[in-house]
Parts: sequence; C-alpha cells; structure tokens
Amino acid sequence: MSLRDQIMALLSGDGSADRVVPPSGFTAHLTLFAAGVMTFLAVFALALSLATGRLADRWGDELARASTIRISAPPDQIQAQTEAALRVLDTTEGVSSARALTTDEQRSLLAPWFGANVPVEALPIPQLIEVIETSDGFDSAGLRLRLSAEAPGAVLDDHTRWRRPLVAAANRLRALGFLSILLIGGAMAAMITLAANAALAANAQVIEVLRLVGAEDRYIARAFVRRFTLRTATGALVGMLLGIVAILFLPSAQEEGGFLTGLGFQGGQWLWPILLPPVAALVAFLATRRAALRVLGDLT
Amino acid sequence: MQKRAAEQGTIVIELENVAYSYGGGELLSSVSLKLAPGSFHFLTGPSGAGKTTFLKLCYGALVPTAGQARLFGQDVREMTRDDIALVRRRIGVVHQDCQFLDHLSMAENVALPLTVSGHDPNSEQQNLTELLNWCGLTPRANALPPELSGGERQRAALARAVIMSPDVILADEPTGNVDWEMSQRLLQLLVELNRMGKTVMIATHDLGLIRAAKQHVQARVLRISNRRLQLAGADL
Repeated sequence: MSLRDQIMALLSGDGSADRVVPPSGFTAHLTLFAAGVMTFLAVFALALSLATGRLADRWGDELARASTIRISAPPDQIQAQTEAALRVLDTTEGVSSARALTTDEQRSLLAPWFGANVPVEALPIPQLIEVIETSDGFDSAGLRLRLSAEAPGAVLDDHTRWRRPLVAAANRLRALGFLSILLIGGAMAAMITLAANAALAANAQVIEVLRLVGAEDRYIARAFVRRFTLRTATGALVGMLLGIVAILFLPSAQEEGGFLTGLGFQGGQWLWPILLPPVAALVAFLATRRAALRVLGDLT
Repeated sequence: MQKRAAEQGTIVIELENVAYSYGGGELLSSVSLKLAPGSFHFLTGPSGAGKTTFLKLCYGALVPTAGQARLFGQDVREMTRDDIALVRRRIGVVHQDCQFLDHLSMAENVALPLTVSGHDPNSEQQNLTELLNWCGLTPRANALPPELSGGERQRAALARAVIMSPDVILADEPTGNVDWEMSQRLLQLLVELNRMGKTVMIATHDLGLIRAAKQHVQARVLRISNRRLQLAGADL
C-alpha cells in the first residue's frame, strides 16, 4: 500500500483498528495541548515572516526609487541653486520626476523634533528636493558631478547607504520567521514521536495479543497513527483559531507604519495559517508511523 | 481448509534438525518433526524442558538458532513479519496465559482474529454465536476478560484460536488452570475439532488428560527430555 493509499485509508476511517487500542486519556490531552501550542506559536512565526516580508518588499521598492537632494547654501542663493538643480534633474536620464518640497512639507518633516509651529522661513535649513527614479535608475556619480558644477550646495543622498542594511535586516527577520516555523514543526514531530513511543510501550501487551491473532504491522500501526493524527489535527485547529483571534486583536498599524504594529496578515495571506493544521496532521502521521513501524520491527 | 494444506504438500509444520538456544546452552537440539494434516499430538515433558519454546518454533514466534523450520512449506527464516502474521491466521494458538484485550468484551476478543484480518465481524455474527454456544460461553459474551473465571478464559482463548477455522491448533497447557471436569470439556472441544480435520498439538504435563484423550482419538505423544524430542511409547 502506497503512502497515499494509507493516508486515504486513515481519513476514510477504520473504527475497528481504533477500537483495539484502549483509550488513553492523559497522553491524549498532552498531545492535543502540544499540537495546539505549537500551532499557536507557528501562527505568530508566520505572521512575523509575512509582515517582515511585506516590509522588506516595500522598503526595497520605495527606497530604491526615491532619492533626496539637499541644498545647503546662503539664504540668498538657495532659490537659484534649487532651480539650477531642478534643471539638471530635468535633463538627467533615469529621473522620472523631481520637485522641491514645499515649506509646509518641510515643516511637517521637522514637526516631530521642533513642534508644529516652527518658523521654518526664519531658520537656515536646507531645501530638500525629492527625486523619483525610473525603474532603470540614474547614474548617481554622474549626477553628483553635474550638480557640483551647477549647484555647488547640492548634496545627493541616494538612500542606498541606509536602505541596504534595513532591507537586509527585514529579509533576515523573514528568514528567521520561516526557520522558526520549521523548528516548531520539528519540535512537534519530536513530541509526537515521544508520545507515540510512550503509547506503544504502554500497549505492549495489546500489540502482543494483536500479533498473536495474526494482525499485520500495518494494521497495528494504523490504530496508533490514526489516533495521533486526529488528535494533532484537532489540537492544531484549536491552536490556529486562537492564534488568528490573537492576531485579529492586535492594534492595527498606524500611519507611521510602525514595524511592531504591522504584524499580521493581509488579504490572501489569511489563507496561510489555515494550512497549518493539515501540515501538523501530516507531521503527526509521518512521525507516528515511523515510531510505530520501528517499535514493531524490534518485536518478534 | 484441508484442501489448502494439501495444496502445499502434505506437511503443515516441519522441523528439521532444529536447535534453539536462548544464549548460554541449547534448550532444544536436533529436533525433527513433521506434522501431517489431521494428526493429533500431545507434547509432554517436565516443566522448563522447552515445551513452550517448541510450540513457539511451530508458530513462528521464534526462529530456530540452527536447522530449518517450515510452516506450510515456507522457511521461517525467509518469512517477513507480515508473512508470519498471515501464517498465524492458519495456526490457532491457545496461550498458556491466555492474553486478551481487557477493554473489549469477551465476544469481541473471540472475534479479534476476524477483525484484524479485515473480515467484517458482523457478517460472521452467526458463526460467532454458534462458536460461543459450542464453547458454552454465550451467557458471558458481554463480560470483560478480567471478569471471566479461569475456565471461561481458557475456553474463550480456544474459541479465539479456532474462529478463523485454522488448519492447525496449538494449545499450550490449555487445562493448566481448570478443574478436571472443565479440562475434560476442553479436551472434548479439541477432539471434535480434530475430527473436523484440524491438526492439533497440545502441550501438557497432565498424563491423566493424555490417557483420557486416547479413549477418543488416535493421539501420538511426544516427549521432550534431555533437549531432544522423542516419540513416547504406548506404555505411557
């Protein structure tokens, strides 16, 4: 019988194989509990991975295409240099658009540090120009040279310097999240194997009797495998639902897009946690089957 | 059933120069035996002589440390665990300490060989009822094994051993825990099964039982002594 047939036989149910092993309350509850907790944790690891994934994509996308030019010059020259820089940008290949930030925008950028009523006009603050690149991007070294000729006070900040480590960190977090899911799966397999081994040891006499009356290993194993698979699936389902509820009750992301508050699922990503119980059941199926066949193989 | 055994040659169980050792000296050595279909054997010998070990060699629970054991023509050494399981469906075994599944009723325990071999016990309900009746167990069908008396357990073990209509019945001290009257009833059941064509082997140290059986059936007596299997004389 192939693995697939066995899974089908398991799902279609064979009550008789189930009945021959006596019910065991305590280990059953422990298996349920462990599966529930592990799936609950897996929901968070999944949320973390997907959220940091989104973050990495967004940062990568937005930051890669936005640069800033800062013009520091004596107040009487700022206007002229800004216009000169904008002219240079207009004729630069790879620049999609460029515009000088208005006084209001600059004020709102400074507001978090100086309060809302800063007299921006009275301060010697530099003028900022936002540059949006085309998908091809521009040659930043060439642009710097041209800017230094036309507007000596202009400094190009193409964001790559601080963008790269952030995107790398977000990607690393995403990888760690997926690694956590794998580790949670492994830990669950280990726990279920231990529980299955305990159940097999506790039922040594049952196994002996079944063997005596001509039960094949497959039949004996199925009695245990089915039980642990169903228990794990049930526990995982409860753990997943609790995890989703917990995620739903997280405060939603604020406008600032705080990383912590952005933890959660969006749109189709809600389908991912639904995959966890079947995967947990599959892990339980394989772990118990391996444990059962190994224990049975050691018997005479 | 008879026909199936006949197809495989006339010998159902064959041991050839078999030795068995648990490590530290052989318990049995140079044992040869051929069990023909429909034969009736007693196996006797002092306690600890190796009667149970000998029976285990006959149903594949032990693999000989030397020599060859063949069950229905198959060499035990070449059989997989599942081959052994399938052979057990053709060899009914009554264990000395008849073990049951204590959480299932006696009737379910008797039907267990049907359940594990994929038969639908419901379709065999009539057979089961007749068998329980024949063994005098009908009133106790719903009792759990721990609630049964020694004699009832022995009869239930016998019923479980024969429900698949096996070709061979091996019984290890089937009358060990029961009084004389009950042992006669059990013997009667085994003799009747033998008349239906089953091969029967009973391990016992109860010589009275053997004498009683000889009035009803042509039985051969095998004796284990000094690690060897001998055919005991008629003077028993």
